[in-house]
Amino acid sequence: MFACVLVFMQFGFRSALFDSATSLPQALRAELFLVHPLTQALFRSEPMPRSRAFQALAVPEVASAVPIYLAQANWRNPVTGRKRAAQLVGLDAEAGAVDFPGLAALVEALKRPDTVAFDRRSRPEFGDVAGKLAREGPFVAELGNRRVVVVGTVELGASFGADGNVVLSETNFRRVMTQRLASNTDLIALRLHPGADVAAVAARLASVLPGDVRVVTQAELVAWERRYWEEGTAIGFIFNFGSLMGLIVGMVIVYQILFSDIATHLRQYATLKAMGYSQGYLQRVVMGAALILALLGFVPGMLLSSALYGLVAGATLLPLHMETPRAVLVFALIFAMCITAGLLAMRKLREADPADMF
Amino acid sequence: MHAPVARPPVDLEGMCYAYGSGELLRPVLRDVCLAVAPGEIVLLTGPSGSGKTTLLTLIGALRAMQAGRCTVLGQELMSADEAARVRLRRRIGFIFQNHNLLGFLTARQNVAMTLELLPGTNEQERLARAGAMLEAVGLGDRAEALPAKLSGGQRQRVAVARALAGEPGLVLADEATAALDRQTGHEVMSLLRDLAKQRGVPILMVTHDPRILDLADRVVAIEDGRVVAG
Repeated sequence: MFACVLVFMQFGFRSALFDSATSLPQALRAELFLVHPLTQALFRSEPMPRSRAFQALAVPEVASAVPIYLAQANWRNPVTGRKRAAQLVGLDAEAGAVDFPGLAALVEALKRPDTVAFDRRSRPEFGDVAGKLAREGPFVAELGNRRVVVVGTVELGASFGADGNVVLSETNFRRVMTQRLASNTDLIALRLHPGADVAAVAARLASVLPGDVRVVTQAELVAWERRYWEEGTAIGFIFNFGSLMGLIVGMVIVYQILFSDIATHLRQYATLKAMGYSQGYLQRVVMGAALILALLGFVPGMLLSSALYGLVAGATLLPLHMETPRAVLVFALIFAMCITAGLLAMRKLREADPADMF
Repeated sequence: MHAPVARPPVDLEGMCYAYGSGELLRPVLRDVCLAVAPGEIVLLTGPSGSGKTTLLTLIGALRAMQAGRCTVLGQELMSADEAARVRLRRRIGFIFQNHNLLGFLTARQNVAMTLELLPGTNEQERLARAGAMLEAVGLGDRAEALPAKLSGGQRQRVAVARALAGEPGLVLADEATAALDRQTGHEVMSLLRDLAKQRGVPILMVTHDPRILDLADRVVAIEDGRVVAG
C-alpha cells in the first residue's frame, strides 16, 4: 500500500507538472501557431518579428493573426510588498485567441491604460489578489516598475515555469516591459477560416515565411512544451526514478511477506506436495497470495492517494487529479511488482521437500 | 498404467540408497528386497538410522531412486520423472507422525483437500465424501471443527480419514502413533487396520512402537539398511 501511494504521488506530480506546464498552450484557441525555432519553452521564448503575423495573413485561409507577448516581470505582493516574478501574457483579449475563464468579462476593462487581470490560481505568495479585489474593487498594484490597476481575475494556474500569471493588453504589456522591442513578439496565434485544411495551410505558411519562424499546430505546441520539461530538465527523470524506487521498495515488502509466509507454512506445503499436489499448483497458490496482496495494497493505496492529491493540490495549486488511466497504469505496475515478488518467493517453495515430512 | 493382477502393490528388489557424495557418501539402504501383498499390513521396525524412513519416502515417491528396482502400484519408480512421481503420490495415502492438518481448514475441508486432486469432482461432492469418511473414523460430529479444537487422537483420526478418502491403492504411515498415548494409539491403529481391511488397501507402516505390533500381518525388521527378519 505504501508503495502504491508512493507511485501514485510520483505519477501524480509528474502528470501535474506536465499539465500545468502546458496550461498556457492548452488555453490557446487557434489552429496554427508561429514560434521562433529557438524557443524551447514558452516561459523563456525567443522573440521573433511581429511582422510575421501580418505576413501570415497573406495566406488566404488565415482569418486572423494574434501576436502574444510573453515575459516575466516582478509582481509586488499588494499585501506584504514582497516582489516575485510573474508570467506576463500580453495579447488582444478581444481577438479570441485564448480561452482563459473570466477573460471575456474583462475585455473592455483591459483596453484601458495600465490595467491587468490577475490569475486567481497563482501561488499565494503573490498576495490574496482575488480577495482584495472582492473587498475593495479594482486596486493599484505594482508590476515591473509600473503602477497598474487590477481590474479582475482570470483562471490559468501556476506551473513549474511560472508561479503566477498576469494577463494584459498588448499596449499595456509594452508599457510594463519598456525594454522590449515593440516590433518583436513571442508567439503568434493564427486562426483559420472554417473548413480550411490545417496541414495544407501549415505547409504553405512554412514555404512563404522566412526561417526565423516555425509553424506548429496546437498539439505540436503542447507536445513541444511538454518535451522540454520531460527531456530538457531533470524533473521527468526524477519522478520516473521515484516511481521506480517506490516499486522496488514495495516489491521487497511483498517478497518479505510471501517469503516468511512460505517459511512458516513450509510443513503444510510439504504435506500438500506429499499428497500429490504439484509444484505448479502450489506456485499458483503463491501467485494468488501475491495478487491478493496487490489488491489489498492497491485499493486503500488509491483511496489514500486520492485524499493526498486533494491535500497537495490545495498546497501547491498544481492540477493533481486521480485519473482512470493513471489508476490503471499504477495497478498494472503494482500487479507486475507483486508477481515479480511472488516469482522470487517461489524459490523458497522448492525447499518444501515432502521427503522431510517423515 | 494399472498393475497386472498378479503384481503386488509394492514390489522392490535390490534397492540401494545413499546420502551425500564422494568421501561423505553414506549408504543407508543396501540391497533391500520387500514385497507387500494386496490388503496386507506390514510394519517396518528397526533402530533409528536403520533406513526405514528413507525406504518409506522412496516407496512413497517422495524421493528419486538411485539404484535397484521398485514398482509401486504398477509404476516403475527407477525411471519415473517428477511428474510421474507426483501422479503416483495421489494414489497413495500418507499418514505422518504429526497430523499435519491445515490449521485454517475444518476437519472436513482437510479431508476434502485430498479429493480435490481427483479429476471430475465438484466441491459439494468432495465435502460429502469427506463427511462420510469422517463418519467412518467416528468423527461425524466434529466435521466442522478446526484442528486446534480437536484432541491429538481425533486429529490423527482426521489424518487417517484424509489418507483413506482418496481411495488410495496403498497407505504409508510413519510413526503415526508416536505422539499418542497407548490407548489412543491403539484405537487409531485398529481403526486404520479395519478400514484398510474393508477396502483391501495394503498398509506399510514405520514404527518402533511395540504396542501396536499385534495389529500387523507381518513385521519386517530393518537394520543398517538391510532386511534382517520378516
